[in-house]
Amino acid sequence: MKEYDIVIIGGGPAGLAAAIAARDNGSESILILERDKELGGILNQCIHNGFGLHTFKEELTGPEYAARFTEQVEKYKIEYVLNTMVIEISPEKVVTAMNREEGLFDIQAKAIILAMGCRERSRGALNIPGYRPAGIFSAGTAQRLVNMEGFMPGREVVILGSGDIGLIMARRLTLEGAKVKVVAEIMPYSGGLKRNIVQCLDDYGIPLKLSHTVIEIRGKERLEGITLAAVDDRGKPIAGTEEEYSCDTLLLSVGLIPENELSGAMGVVMNPVTSGPIVNESLETNVEGVFACGNVLHVHDLVDFVSEEAAAAGKNASNYVKNGEQKPNGREIILEGTDGVRYTVPSTINPERMEATQIVRFRVGNVYKNCYIGVYFNDERVLHRKRMVMAPGEMEEIKLEKEKLLLHPDIDRITIRVEEA
Amino acid sequence: MYDVIIIGAGVSGSAVARELSRYKVNACVLEKEEDVCCGTSKANSAIIHAGYDAAEGSLMAKLNVEGNQIMPELSKELDIPFEQCGSLVVCLDEASLPNLQALYDRGVKNGVEDLEIITDKARIREMEPNLTDEVVAVLSAPTAGIVCPFHLNIALAENAYTNGIDFKFDTEVESIEPIEGGWKLETSQGAYETRYVVNAAGVYADRFHNMVSESKIHITPRRGDYFLLDKNAGKHVNRTIFALPSKYGKGVLVTPTVHGNLIIGPTAVDIEDKEGTATTREGLDELSKASLNVKNLPMRQVITSFAGLRAHEDHHEFIIRELEDAPGFVDCAGIESPGLTSSPAIGKMVAEILREKLDLDVNPDFNGTRKGNIDLDTLSKEEKAALIEKEPAYGNIICRCEMVTEGELLDAIHRPLGARTLDGIKRRTRAGAGRCQAGFCTPKTMEILHRELGIPMTEITKSGGDSQLLVGYNKDRI
Repeated sequence: MKEYDIVIIGGGPAGLAAAIAARDNGSESILILERDKELGGILNQCIHNGFGLHTFKEELTGPEYAARFTEQVEKYKIEYVLNTMVIEISPEKVVTAMNREEGLFDIQAKAIILAMGCRERSRGALNIPGYRPAGIFSAGTAQRLVNMEGFMPGREVVILGSGDIGLIMARRLTLEGAKVKVVAEIMPYSGGLKRNIVQCLDDYGIPLKLSHTVIEIRGKERLEGITLAAVDDRGKPIAGTEEEYSCDTLLLSVGLIPENELSGAMGVVMNPVTSGPIVNESLETNVEGVFACGNVLHVHDLVDFVSEEAAAAGKNASNYVKNGEQKPNGREIILEGTDGVRYTVPSTINPERMEATQIVRFRVGNVYKNCYIGVYFNDERVLHRKRMVMAPGEMEEIKLEKEKLLLHPDIDRITIRVEEA
Repeated sequence: MYDVIIIGAGVSGSAVARELSRYKVNACVLEKEEDVCCGTSKANSAIIHAGYDAAEGSLMAKLNVEGNQIMPELSKELDIPFEQCGSLVVCLDEASLPNLQALYDRGVKNGVEDLEIITDKARIREMEPNLTDEVVAVLSAPTAGIVCPFHLNIALAENAYTNGIDFKFDTEVESIEPIEGGWKLETSQGAYETRYVVNAAGVYADRFHNMVSESKIHITPRRGDYFLLDKNAGKHVNRTIFALPSKYGKGVLVTPTVHGNLIIGPTAVDIEDKEGTATTREGLDELSKASLNVKNLPMRQVITSFAGLRAHEDHHEFIIRELEDAPGFVDCAGIESPGLTSSPAIGKMVAEILREKLDLDVNPDFNGTRKGNIDLDTLSKEEKAALIEKEPAYGNIICRCEMVTEGELLDAIHRPLGARTLDGIKRRTRAGAGRCQAGFCTPKTMEILHRELGIPMTEITKSGGDSQLLVGYNKDRI
């Protein structure tokens, strides 16, 4: 059986950044397993710009952003295999994978980094009634068809859901010659970035209908039309608000789900809010030596933050291989979000083991204006930061200082809250 | 002139074709869709009923029990997934116990074996921990089972085809006229002549029957909506759980599938449109009734919903006979539940009518066994490795949710009566049937269909007809 110190499942932005950071930290024996025919993951189909503003202080396209990392991987001669699907990971860290050339094979890892990304929610999960014709695509599938293969999935398009991929595809399809009639969002706010609403919808005169959803699908063979309706505050369609749209295409951009079937099968415990693993400050799961980063851990808004998080996971995995699991005087502080904060990553933090600064990422469950982020050590508020606006579509973060935590040996819980002015 | 033309390549028509292929016969199946298993046969509960439901002495009861008895052996011959997992009918109140007893009694009279009414709650809980605590008694039918309706239908058709029966797809029968010594069928692809017609047209069977007979029949499409749940939910129940019709209404069933999913359904709404397979909000909402019998149903695990049409004949009975006023025209009509279960017995019954009338000789070359699709996901590590070494395409995963490989797609395309559409691939291999609902594999599957069959990318369809997935190329209208 082949052996590696670190096996990384997935060669997208998370896997690449983790690999590079692990090498920078001195690890030599690293293998990336990638299911697609090239490294870079979903970035390869994201040919729009807007990537890298945080990381490189310039605007790159998805493939350009990916290239920054793949070039480094090549330079470092980090091993990777393409067209290879991992089908099982054992709790003992034996990774079973398959591809055409090598068939089915096992790899023993000392540490594993989960970086498999996410998938799109499908129509089925929404229970939209109607026929099941051709012409209903998830936004990402349409993006692949248009951007990588050069095919038009349709001429007259309605988009359900205002996730970023849907917004990006509204612009893309318009530029390719399709008529995007409307973007409907069931929530009273968009699930995507503000800048995407401006640059992808407003600039092209595409209406965004908040608190609206698709209630009917017409056409038996190819989609012929849909019916939109306004919804009440419980998300139920309001009678009398129905509007019919003729269209041959319905794109769905209704959420992303971390792909954790492999993780779950090996015994990694999930957070039901994120559908990603519960991790400690090292981004390590409950299975020792198994780390997670990127969209498999929790869905991110910007790839820059994926890279940053994945680099931390790569470094931590590398340290784990070098030093073994460090179990210092086991003080685990529980991190939790309440009052509008839906979750935190990580879920626990060990002040002895943490770096000098620990980034805690989270999302809020609603749109909040002129409010504060409150951070509490037990019941004592230690941070009260003003935010003009927070929205579910944008990830938030705070930083915790090791120095401060060491000064408070009695803390067992850190709470992050949204506090109205 | 054909000896026999069978209208419809659903499970009934295909079962008839396969049984007929035991004889030396010049026969053909005409199907209006692009594939077998495109109507009622593809959208149902996928259940092999024990046989206590149908009225005592009815043809339905007889063929149900016969079909149930044939299925274990047939599934081996055709190498298709079948599991005799048993079923329970759940009784929730003392007042309904006589109804449960009536089902038991009817089952015994119908010849259903091993039926048992269980009132021991501890035992019931042990059998099905997720049944509601309200349960008073259950009727257990260990002979009930679950089957893959696609594979059953596809295997029957394929076996018929390899034993010499023709299949014509995209061929819709438009009219039937009596001619000297038989019938002339005008179709969307020209005229066909035949001595005998078998009318296995599902919800359309009344249309063809009424073209040739003065004794009219009427078939109502009875729509049923279903939820299909993720494989994570597949072990929520171990058996098919039926509701006992009661003051709460008729209820819906909950069942595992042979592929490890969970199905909840169906509703029952009589409609006019024979193509009306659209689900409705009301229907999907009604499926929550299943929670009356099964607790903690993980409805967040729904991966798709669908609707099927039962071919409900007004008298709720199978009509399988040569018509008195139209000799040479054999009905196989009103095949609603338990039609899937009964299909092997229906095939035998119709073939026997034809053998006798046409005085058919045995086909000495008939081979009733086939090797089913390779399903990599069910193989051991060693078997997988060996297979990939022999054929590298089995190492290339196309559908990651269901772990379906390129090799399995190639099999599905190149087998006799192979797949030509995305849905055809899905029914044969499960590529696209999983939790992402074809999000990731659609472009790859299209590429393989294009490469293997030479169909232009823009002509590849989801399910034949005008269901093309792509409309053109980028900027082609600018």
